[in-house]
Amino acid sequence: MSVTTDAIVSIVVNGATIETVDRGQGQPILFLHPGIGIDPAAPVLAELARGGRVIAPSHPGFGGSQLPKGMSSVDDLSYFYLDLLDQLDLRDVLVVGVGLGGWIAAEIAVKNSTRLSRLVMANAVGVKVGDRETRDIVDVWSLMPDEYDTLAYFDPKVGKRDYKNLPEAVSLAAARNREAHARVAWSPYMHNPKLKNRLHRIRIPTLFLWGAADRILSDTYGRGYCAMIAGAKFEPIERAGHYPHIEQPAEFARRVFAFAGTAAKAAPRAQRA
Amino acid sequence: MQVYQFTEQPYYPVWNDHSGSLRVNLPSRKIDPKIAGDLFHRYYDELLLSDELGLNIMLNEHHQTATCMSSTVIVGLSVMARQTKKARLLVLGYPIGHRLDPLREAEELATIDVISRGRLDMGFIKGVPYEFPASNQNPVGVMDRFWEAHDFIIKAMSSHDEPFNWEGEFFHYRQVNVWPRPVQQPHPPIWTTTGNRTQARLLGEKGYVMATLGSGYATRPLYDAYRQSYQAKWRKPAPADRFAYLGLVAVAEDEAEARRRGEFIAGYLRSSSIVHLPFRNPPGFLAAEDNARMLRGESAPRSFTKDGRGINMHHGSVQDLIDAGILFCGTPDQVYKQIVEFCEYCGGMGNLLMMGHAGFLSHEDTVANLTLFAKEVMPRLKEWKQPVAEVTAAA
Repeated sequence: MSVTTDAIVSIVVNGATIETVDRGQGQPILFLHPGIGIDPAAPVLAELARGGRVIAPSHPGFGGSQLPKGMSSVDDLSYFYLDLLDQLDLRDVLVVGVGLGGWIAAEIAVKNSTRLSRLVMANAVGVKVGDRETRDIVDVWSLMPDEYDTLAYFDPKVGKRDYKNLPEAVSLAAARNREAHARVAWSPYMHNPKLKNRLHRIRIPTLFLWGAADRILSDTYGRGYCAMIAGAKFEPIERAGHYPHIEQPAEFARRVFAFAGTAAKAAPRAQRA
Repeated sequence: MQVYQFTEQPYYPVWNDHSGSLRVNLPSRKIDPKIAGDLFHRYYDELLLSDELGLNIMLNEHHQTATCMSSTVIVGLSVMARQTKKARLLVLGYPIGHRLDPLREAEELATIDVISRGRLDMGFIKGVPYEFPASNQNPVGVMDRFWEAHDFIIKAMSSHDEPFNWEGEFFHYRQVNVWPRPVQQPHPPIWTTTGNRTQARLLGEKGYVMATLGSGYATRPLYDAYRQSYQAKWRKPAPADRFAYLGLVAVAEDEAEARRRGEFIAGYLRSSSIVHLPFRNPPGFLAAEDNARMLRGESAPRSFTKDGRGINMHHGSVQDLIDAGILFCGTPDQVYKQIVEFCEYCGGMGNLLMMGHAGFLSHEDTVANLTLFAKEVMPRLKEWKQPVAEVTAAA
């Protein structure tokens, strides 16, 4: 493991080098990012690091992470993360997945949850709730960028990026994220038809955190998905859309810790300002 | 030089009746099947005329679009295989990365080759961006699927002694044994398209006919990339017949009339860009590096005039398109000179894919355009001797 900055490290899992944020101490929190990727400087990671050791990888093929040959599905990604958990020998792991990351989390948990303690599914995709002629999930690849921001965010301005004035690595990561997302979620669109019938295997406490202003996914979708996992709770987060970890990072972390029974350290004053 | 007549078989009656998109999501209630039938018959008649005039024929397919009614090219090929006498029949192309079943493709194409008595040219293509929302094929990794389908079709057409097994990444078969087998052995000639030098080098190694569209006076670097790898692999210069270029053609006895026809034919380029924006660049269609440049607003023009001026082929004037070698337009003398000048710039180009009909060009104008070209321009092009280009260091 070679440290490239304070918090971003590269690790090799099964021959693939991936980038991950690794910060904080204590209970492992595996943060699985949505299809738009993860900004290593995202405030939510600092918030979560107050209550444990946050491990937030860029999924294989996303951001600056390599794509191993043959990796083309969420099924593949879930096995990759099971290998990562073994390799780092993580135990009692709190898995937090947003959007695509929630789908990956569910696919991990149905396969093997011996290393997991709890599961947080935030505005997660992964299953089909409606009938075959009802599109559960807005087709994000048929939208204009402005339309997307309007549907995805409580405050659409949050989605704007001025790539002309950002480092080239940022635009390249964004382009790789878009491609990598479609690689695993183009068709069947954003779900695995088999997953629904496997969710009974999830026996760890599960929380659905739901940005209430999400118009990519509906409230009905979230509650329907939640009902497929025995004992799972559903909690909306106000003033947040499809990405509650971006729009309400402190509240997001507070809910995660409340669910996990974690006593988080107080934020440093400078960070709070 | 070989010349192939090509039309997209457009449903032009709705070209001015849409909400910003002629492709993918234009409701099909807009197409009147009776008028569509009339148009198909008209276009087939014009292709039959092309055969009589000594032109070859190119057919293609697109999906869910008023720009091209031919959504299943095997139908047009079937009609032409039976009804034409001499023309080579080029399909450019067959979107083999999109299709579910390459065995069916091998059977269809082999049958066309049999019925046409060995006149098929097989162009395999990736497909334009707007095909992906229609077919639902994942644009990410489509070329891996394309090349496996390609490998399979070649083997299916050229294996005759016993059924073979195929268990690949994308396709699975247990008893492959294509009946009938193609007339042209080991298989009909393979063509494809490209817009980048990496792909051009790969095609040079394979020795396939490489076609470009709208590349105008930016074509030479693609050809030189092909020539370099062709020379390395085959130990001889790439012949001109390895190159094909899709050019719009409007010819008339007087220049003003030619330009009037040129305006109609340029409608092909102008209509082809009318599509809902997100369908123009599905994820994974372009390389991540190219998409990153677009995010930074660094996209460069694709089409250039002979003196290096960038133009937009979808919105440029007829004069822009002539200057860029995208439209060959004028009297027979002028058109002949424009084409020869372009071929000399290319270092040799042996197959003109001639769009002699597009958009609102009437049947009468189309007949006149094709007939004049065949009688006054084509014989001179056939006599003209292609240059043999040295591979340039620029490749």
